[in-house]
Amino acid sequence: MWTFIHKMGSPPYFYRFAGRLIPWLGWICAGLLLAGLYGGLVLAPPDYQQGDSYRIIFIHVPSAWMSLFVYVVMAASGAIGLIWRIKVAEAVAAASAPVGAWFTFLALVTGSLWGKPMWGTYWVWDARLTSELILLFLYLGVIGLYSAIEDRRTASRATAVLSLVGLVNIPIIHYSVQWWNTLHQGATITKFGAPSIHLSMLVPLLIMAMGFKLYYFMVLLMRSRTEVLERERGSAWVRELVETG
Amino acid sequence: MRAFVAVARRDLLLAVRRRSEVANPLLFTLIVISLFPLGISPAPETLRLIAPGIIWVVALLSVLLTLESMFRADFEDGSLEQLLVSPHPLVLLVVAKVTAHWLVTGLPLLLVSPLLGALTHLNAATTTVLAASLALGTPVLSFVGAIGVALTVGLRRGGALLSLLVLPLYIPVLIFGANAVSAAMDGLPYHGQLLLLGAFLLLSLTLAPLAAAAALRISMN
Repeated sequence: MWTFIHKMGSPPYFYRFAGRLIPWLGWICAGLLLAGLYGGLVLAPPDYQQGDSYRIIFIHVPSAWMSLFVYVVMAASGAIGLIWRIKVAEAVAAASAPVGAWFTFLALVTGSLWGKPMWGTYWVWDARLTSELILLFLYLGVIGLYSAIEDRRTASRATAVLSLVGLVNIPIIHYSVQWWNTLHQGATITKFGAPSIHLSMLVPLLIMAMGFKLYYFMVLLMRSRTEVLERERGSAWVRELVETG
Repeated sequence: MRAFVAVARRDLLLAVRRRSEVANPLLFTLIVISLFPLGISPAPETLRLIAPGIIWVVALLSVLLTLESMFRADFEDGSLEQLLVSPHPLVLLVVAKVTAHWLVTGLPLLLVSPLLGALTHLNAATTTVLAASLALGTPVLSFVGAIGVALTVGLRRGGALLSLLVLPLYIPVLIFGANAVSAAMDGLPYHGQLLLLGAFLLLSLTLAPLAAAAALRISMN
């Protein structure tokens, strides 16, 4: 286990390993997404109150989960890069930010599309919507800082500090905003106690969530691979790779 | 401790020598506050309704305007580098600089808060709560802002980026600061909000200097 982790810290090993893993992740992810969409759009019954428009949750909820998950991955790998100076961790953190920002954006857009028929408006200053919007701003700040600093390694370390500060702040912002105003429907899926969502809707939702997660890992590996290549462009193994094709 | 006092004294002395830099954010606050009655309505009821929010938003913006001065000039003339290589703990020196920054920007804001209250027709009791919320909240703005400035100090055009980095982190302070004032205005209990602001102050006092010191080391590299 430890030797594996040590090996993953080496850019050429990571590059080859990720390259082998990507097609597997891609196919499993495609299968899960197809199964989840079929279960969600065809098999699951319409909601007794919301009709068919609730079906957007199969995209909306996984994106919203991913938006937080990616932030934690970004901050954690940023911290690893900051503490142990592992180049691959820095690349993973840098590759996470845009993906996380898009998940956040997707969650906001699907949420507002759902809000129009349900709440009668595209946007309300509800607690969860607002904290999701603030999360998007935090992502944009991270991306902005990363692209503003020329030296990649300095940029990585600076954004790691920023994302850790953001990580401390996310719960504070979340609860302040929640305390401030709330209209969003309560969480229907909890680990503790029976979920208030029917099984025929829950199963496709969880499949979609897994699919989204694998999609993220796949894109993350792809982006980290190119990031690693770009950062290591002066090194011998990259030259060898380019020359042998 | 002597290093702390020396750094804080130096920053305060510099601020006193360049009085216009201290006065400008304050004038900014007064002018922007006086724009709202012109733009929305001079009716006292309307002003009272929006007063907590606009005073806090303008306070946020005026602190944001002054944040760069915390490290920028020191970065340009090289004295920031001297602080970094000095034998004293950098965290302590950062706290000293933030304290000096608050004394120059937050404290004047606190002192003119009765004037801001009068301009927006707040009664005496509400103005007291406004002052209390500013007293607890503005140091948080200085501390959290220090992280943002420390991250962007090496960049040529850090200004717009700084607001993107810092403003989302200011939101909890804005919420509870403005909410304490409007709760006091409606005769509701406001101690919870003030206590939370105090909690933010303690949290930012303990954690923000660490992050800002780390960020400074990265920026100076």
